[in-house]
Amino acid sequence: MSKIAKLRVGMASCGIASGAEPVMEMLKASSGGIPVVAVGCLGHCYAEPMVEAVLNDGSSVIYRNVKPDKADMDNILSLGENGRFTIPPERAGRELVKVLALAGRVNPIDFDDYVANGGYDGLRRALSMTPGEVVNEVLVSGLRGRGGGGFPTGRKWSFLAAKKTDRKILVCNADEGDPGAFMDRSLMESVPHQVLEGMLTAAYATGATDLVIYCRAEYPMAIDHLRTAISQISEHHLDVLNGRRVTIAIKEGAGAFVCGEETALIASLEGKRGTPRFRPPFPTDSGYRGFPTMINNVETFGNVPVIMREGGAKYAETGTAGSKGTKLFALAGDLKYPGLVEVPMGITLGEIVFEIGGAERGCVKAVQTGGPSGGCIPAELFDTPVDYDSLKQLGAIMGSGGMIVVGNDRCMVETARYFLDFTHRESCGKCTFCRVGTTRMYETLCRIVDGRGRPEDIDFLTDIAPKIKAGALCGLGQTAPNPVLATLRFFRNEYEEHINRHLCRAMQCNSMVDMSIDPDVCVKCGLCRRNCPVQAIGPDFVIDPAACTRCNSCLDACPKKAIRRIARKEN
Amino acid sequence: MEDGKFEYLSAVDGDPGNLIKGLQMVQSREGYVSDDAVKAVSEHFSTPVVEVEGVLGFYAQFKRVKPGKYRISMCDGTACHIKGSPLVREWLRQELGIDSGETTEDGMFSLETVACLGCCSLAPVISINGRVHARLTRKSLASILAKYRKEAAL
Ligand SMILES: Cc1cc2nc3c(=O)[nH]c(=O)nc-3n(C[C@H](O)[C@H](O)[C@H](O)COP(=O)(O)O)c2cc1C
Repeated sequence: MSKIAKLRVGMASCGIASGAEPVMEMLKASSGGIPVVAVGCLGHCYAEPMVEAVLNDGSSVIYRNVKPDKADMDNILSLGENGRFTIPPERAGRELVKVLALAGRVNPIDFDDYVANGGYDGLRRALSMTPGEVVNEVLVSGLRGRGGGGFPTGRKWSFLAAKKTDRKILVCNADEGDPGAFMDRSLMESVPHQVLEGMLTAAYATGATDLVIYCRAEYPMAIDHLRTAISQISEHHLDVLNGRRVTIAIKEGAGAFVCGEETALIASLEGKRGTPRFRPPFPTDSGYRGFPTMINNVETFGNVPVIMREGGAKYAETGTAGSKGTKLFALAGDLKYPGLVEVPMGITLGEIVFEIGGAERGCVKAVQTGGPSGGCIPAELFDTPVDYDSLKQLGAIMGSGGMIVVGNDRCMVETARYFLDFTHRESCGKCTFCRVGTTRMYETLCRIVDGRGRPEDIDFLTDIAPKIKAGALCGLGQTAPNPVLATLRFFRNEYEEHINRHLCRAMQCNSMVDMSIDPDVCVKCGLCRRNCPVQAIGPDFVIDPAACTRCNSCLDACPKKAIRRIARKEN
Repeated sequence: MEDGKFEYLSAVDGDPGNLIKGLQMVQSREGYVSDDAVKAVSEHFSTPVVEVEGVLGFYAQFKRVKPGKYRISMCDGTACHIKGSPLVREWLRQELGIDSGETTEDGMFSLETVACLGCCSLAPVISINGRVHARLTRKSLASILAKYRKEAAL
């Protein structure tokens, strides 16, 4: 008899992208009757594909970077020592897993599995209270919106609850527009029922009748899992609240960042172009087709079952004075352990980046939070605690949870250019400050990066940024200059070097860089010449800067690391 | 227009509020939204053609030209950008001779840039017909493209 009770394979999008499907197939074929279950995300993307062997005594052994071959299968089935996964020691004790507790543990589309692990206990407790008591519980918890704005969730719920109309709309914002964030995707893929449980609790508390999930179309698995979960909910009649059946629908977004903004999202739900409108009226007064409408983020809803299970007061014990509970972060960029982490509010940036993310001290220049609306925080300030207010003071924002670690060999001006490229394209075009202003900023940044910067450019950027912030109608324009302002604040020297000396210290901006082969290290093996797509390397192993596109092919191909990017010589 | 080509639209209620849903349906069936489709959608949802065009142009998801057999979505999210998506784009340009928004002459590959595929921790990534390929290097990219070429030749 095998000691293994069942095998779990991480099959969220990241797992599949890392090759979990063939592992799953092979495991099924060789497990000899041990059940093999597809689960969601364990958060450790760097170790995917992952397989967890759950033993009869309840303990488990996890294997990392599993390959679909016989050796790996045999190793797992015999509980071998190879490739065992352990949490890196420096990481232990810093994470606090509450919202993600069931991610990677339950089969996302198995209703009974979710229920067997405490699922819908929170909703049941809510239903034993009055709607007003549920709103109060959320108020007491101190939960603030996880979609970026940080508005107190309980207060928002009380606005909708106060409306005396027959039809009220409740929207789950699953647009996850920050390019560099995947918390919401992971939650929906891994524990769709938890998000829906949060929504049903909110609907009970506020009297909402129409529940809508606005999900970005780039997340097919999330949509699929939610669909299945919704039909299970209706089979089990969990959608009957306050004596009447609520509707739950999924609307797929069509790829527009601005549609994450509440009024634009509503316009999009109505089948129109997603242009924001002036507020007031606020959506809770008049939203989708004029009905009172409340919008909360996926992760916000994901927190609700936790609050309802353990009680608002207990929940509020975690965190800082103004920011309660835990926060999910999507860690990516220049670090060893990219992935999804859940940490208590108030943890320092440094702990997340170095201890949890395993980034190398001395090699990190900054961390970017809040995506295109946020800012870069330099490594010197990494003892800043992560809460809504501290990050805001630094010109960054908590944002939705994208956290990109920026290494020393990345250019901050280019990073700012990247974000303005994004925002000026995503501007809906309704207001001039945003439409024209972000375009002007973008053009200026392009010029600087291309080596054509002018001394007055910095003043221009500093001057136009607050005007855009003040003049724009919605959050997109109001925050679009932030990446530039933050990099100007902390990395002004890089702007000045680009403009005055045509120097990109990160050796990233192609206009200021040449590729160079160190003749003392080069062994003339010819690999670089063979890999060069534009034949820019001569038989003498000298690179012709006029022909070279700086595509790094030679650098990647060189077995001796003899090729470097160097500052271009001015002629 | 071939009669009945877009009959499947009748599965969606003709309320103008469902316009985006209808366009998504066309896009997923045909791979793009042709001029004929615009007309059919306009009729089905009783919405003027200019408004349909307005919605089409607003959302990045909708394509007005026929994509290739293999649709490459190049992720340019923050993590992918930091991890070298501009290089990936250059490599694709060299391998396929196309830039974002274009299709190869043989109709095999088309390339588009997308904001984020949500696989940031595996950056840089692309997806081909919805399948994500992660942690790209120049070499792995070349062998991925070769695999699709081979598959197409079968
Ligand atoms: C341009 C823009 C994009 C946004 N994108 C998102 C998003 O993708 N997901 C999200 O939950 N909130 C997004 N928001 C914030 C929402 O407008 C809104 O504040 C949030 O969904 C409210 O939910 P919460 O209170 O639970 O955070 C965005 C705001 C702006 C201005």
